[in-house]
Amino acid sequence: MKKLFNINWIKTLVSLILTFVIIQLLISFNIINSYLQSTLAAICINIILAVSLNLITGFTGQFSLGHAGFMSIGAYVCALITLRVQTIPGFILGVLAGAVTAAIIGVIVGLPTLRLRGDYLAIATLGMAEIIRIIFLNMDSITNGAAGLSDIPQITNWAWLFFYTAGTIIIISNFIKSSHGRACISIREDEIAAEAMGVNSTRYKVTAFTIGAFFAGIAGALYASTFNFIDPKIFGFSKSIDILVIVVLGGLGSISGSIIAAVLLGIITTYLQAFANIQMILYSLTLIIIMIFRPQGLMGSKELSLSIFSKLGDRFKPKKGRV
Amino acid sequence: MSILSVKKLTKSFGGLTAVSNVNMEINEGELVGLIGPNGAGKTTLFNLLTGFYVPTSGTITLNVNGTSKSLGGLRPYIICKNGVARTFQNIRLFKDLTVLDNVRIAMHKNIKYSLISSFLHLPSYKKEEDELIRKSMELLEILKLDHKKDELAKNLPYGEQRHLEIARALATNPSLLLLDEPAAGMNPAETAQLTELISWIREKFNLTILLIEHDMSLVMGICERIYVLDYGMVIACGTPDEIKTNERVIKAYLGEALNNA
Repeated sequence: MKKLFNINWIKTLVSLILTFVIIQLLISFNIINSYLQSTLAAICINIILAVSLNLITGFTGQFSLGHAGFMSIGAYVCALITLRVQTIPGFILGVLAGAVTAAIIGVIVGLPTLRLRGDYLAIATLGMAEIIRIIFLNMDSITNGAAGLSDIPQITNWAWLFFYTAGTIIIISNFIKSSHGRACISIREDEIAAEAMGVNSTRYKVTAFTIGAFFAGIAGALYASTFNFIDPKIFGFSKSIDILVIVVLGGLGSISGSIIAAVLLGIITTYLQAFANIQMILYSLTLIIIMIFRPQGLMGSKELSLSIFSKLGDRFKPKKGRV
Repeated sequence: MSILSVKKLTKSFGGLTAVSNVNMEINEGELVGLIGPNGAGKTTLFNLLTGFYVPTSGTITLNVNGTSKSLGGLRPYIICKNGVARTFQNIRLFKDLTVLDNVRIAMHKNIKYSLISSFLHLPSYKKEEDELIRKSMELLEILKLDHKKDELAKNLPYGEQRHLEIARALATNPSLLLLDEPAAGMNPAETAQLTELISWIREKFNLTILLIEHDMSLVMGICERIYVLDYGMVIACGTPDEIKTNERVIKAYLGEALNNA
């Protein structure tokens, strides 16, 4: 058992390093040019957003339409800090402060709203995100209102994005595989049975909501630092929907699904730029077609793992006598 | 000593009194049946005992290990932590999870490692998770479900789903087990098997059991005492033989059954 754990850990580490090095090389040789680099950043940020929303909606079963609200908190807090401390420590502090602030708001919002179920919760979280947006819009002296914050120092690069994206994926998938994570999943499966089996459903719903808000805050902070401009419009209702689309498309309850969907939609968006006029029509058509043929999402609730490849490999091996 | 003591318990929904002035004493180690015609308030009583309904009036007291605790109005998960487990009339398994996960979730309340440990899979995570799998497998072996540990709960045959519900309830390590119609939908052979299982787990886990059942062969066969509920009130209480001959019970409920038989 112990040995198996170590092998898996090494496999994960090797594939992470490989991903990082390959893309770093592509950037160094300018195969990924500065335009594609911004696509890459957007994909990373979307992965963080989708994986964290998947924890709330896909695994814990709480339908949230307010993820952009938490993202905006991370973005504004990080932007305001890095505008004053324009160094790498300032950036690290900004991301952390943004994420923690989003998580605190997550607890405050979660405690009353998570008593609601399904559609009602969706409406409440939607309202919450709108309130946050309006607050940023009207705090002129701090957030510069509708004009937004510009000239935010651009500190993120591929290394930072990779660090935060990989960190989010590892932490959330570790959480899902723990007893606390299973408690969250049991709420999605049957809240009444979960309570009867000793799971404090309120506590775990708020926990999932808070962890999700924390990582949405990180994503927002990275957004501010990558695109060096933010205004309240960016974090409107449609942003929350965009994130939800990635989660549903990838499969509710599949982390690898969210990652695949974020990458796929990022690439599709980039290549559709060539058809500027009908871009949104093609994008929507793609979504409709995928949903018709894969209503459960690309991955359903399954995970893509290295063991799939070894299973495929097993088929071609000579069969040994099994007991 | 009585492990569960219910006094003057009443639950009304608007004008309807579903459970009315119920008194009930269950002694440690007893196997007690709860019967009554449809709509008599049996499941409502279970929901009151397990915290899904808040009593309108009356008290529920649980005495475990020499300490007594009032359960009325507590949240279900707290009542579960105090040692009361239940199964459901209409099976409520975590359908899309594996057999092993169903049992592991019921053991969650014993987990002591922190959220941080779950994020980073620290040594405490590893140690407790290994222990959790070991204990779950032990329990599944006892209920002969160990060979199906990776099967999704919804793919199990009906009888095994009932068994898994019992396994899951046992996983919470209860002192008092409430079974809500465990034999519903089973054929006579399966019911006989279940009867055996219930008396066996009672010995093995030192349980006190309260069960709702319509199947008289099961109730009369294993219950030491029986409470009869009608229109939310206890109309009789006694040994199976006393209940069989009780006139009020025959009038309300068993009379028809005996005539048909």
